[in-house]
Amino acid sequence: MKKFKYSEITPESIFKNRRKFIKNLGLSASSLFFGQNLITSANANTKKENMKLTEYRYVTTYNNYYEFGTGKSDPVERSQKFETKPWDIIIDGEVENPITISMEEITQMFPSEERIYKLRCVEGWSMIIPWLGFPLNKLLKKVSPTNKAKFVKFTSILDPEQMIGQRFPILDWPYKEGLRIDEAMHDLTILVTGLYGKKLPNQNGAPLRLMVPWKYGFKSSKAIVNIKLVEKMPISSWMKASPNEYGFYSNVNPGVSHPRWSQATERVIGEGIISPRIPTTMFNGYGDEVASLYNGMDLKKYF
Amino acid sequence: MKSLLKPSIFVLSAAPFLLITYKIFFNKLGPEPVKEITHFTGEWTLIFICLTLSMSPLKRFTSFIFWIKIRRMLGLFVFFYATLHLLTYVVIDYRLDWNQITDDVIKKKYVFVGFAAWLLLIPLAITSSQKMITLLKQNWKRLHRLIYAIAILGSLHFIWLSKTIYFKPLIYFIIITILLILRVNFKNIFNR
Repeated sequence: MKKFKYSEITPESIFKNRRKFIKNLGLSASSLFFGQNLITSANANTKKENMKLTEYRYVTTYNNYYEFGTGKSDPVERSQKFETKPWDIIIDGEVENPITISMEEITQMFPSEERIYKLRCVEGWSMIIPWLGFPLNKLLKKVSPTNKAKFVKFTSILDPEQMIGQRFPILDWPYKEGLRIDEAMHDLTILVTGLYGKKLPNQNGAPLRLMVPWKYGFKSSKAIVNIKLVEKMPISSWMKASPNEYGFYSNVNPGVSHPRWSQATERVIGEGIISPRIPTTMFNGYGDEVASLYNGMDLKKYF
Repeated sequence: MKSLLKPSIFVLSAAPFLLITYKIFFNKLGPEPVKEITHFTGEWTLIFICLTLSMSPLKRFTSFIFWIKIRRMLGLFVFFYATLHLLTYVVIDYRLDWNQITDDVIKKKYVFVGFAAWLLLIPLAITSSQKMITLLKQNWKRLHRLIYAIAILGSLHFIWLSKTIYFKPLIYFIIITILLILRVNFKNIFNR
């Protein structure tokens, strides 16, 4: 099979190659390709390294999704009956044209592309996942944010009947997260509808989740029902639970330690006990694309 | 029959160790194997702390001397699992990266109390023999009361490393608290 070049640090090139590839062979062939799991990567400095996709079974059985319980295997065990049809998303707040849009309309209006991103959890582990999705900015442009729209607030579904974790005050339910408008409009920020060439599994946040690759995983809300453009910085569920541990920005930053986990290194999911931790990189390796968003900001203060 | 009891308790106590060894060699540890070993050995340390602390109340309630006879063995298993737990963290997880380990011990309170608890276990393990009991006389009893502090530090270690709610850590905390309260001599307090 023909080999394609991917880059961990320049995901745009991944995305371009990927697109060409999908165009040539079609999506079904692409999932076949991923079955092989190994991708040769080369970045702009022509540094070659192997970038291995995390196996599908780990991506879909090792999840933090407290709505279904705090154990890593709780989401896959408890979410299979979760009903995602019908599903409407309300986009409102500081916008010219607030809309309520169904998942069907979303998949029709915004064709998904494959993006291979690294997911770095605040707990100190990472996965490399081939997501299917589209840039959030495409959706936001549809509703025309006003000049008062400084932040975007994401609200996930509140459904304690279906989500056992929401019957306990683990977090301030429903799950709330937020981004600054420029972060939300950034081309790397995507709304996800699938992974590994398949429909997004419930345990990974179906039917619609966010993926912001340069931030810790908890910033990427799952099962989103409301996207609200707001003037003031929203308070996320984690900020409310523990303000000194979780900041609004939560950019991956090996220099800012979490009270419980050192962020200097990370474990790669699926590797055996022989494999060492790998060093964590600033902005999870997406610094070339996003560092300019934070020019002049003290990232130790705004963690 | 009686002579078989102690060896069987030894085998039972070693079973978790055999189980984790099996899982390591047959690759049954799941996506994050190092964390799995760390949590497993850590939790069994807490379980053995609870078991060790249950022996003297059990003796009081049942008036079987048997409980006291197995107490030392259970206590040594606390040290055994705690040491495995520490070694997993230091050797397998952080590969003897002393900079990062020292940083963790100083900056993270859960690592600090966990490490302190392990240090306090050392004198108890060293002085666990019959010879030491005779040698230290009254002081032996005083010294071995350190297990109360170790138990509290151990359960704090679990509570502080938990992210949000903590069912399990709280259960251990409650069990340990009850076991410690059972030791308070209320008669003395009320007769004062």
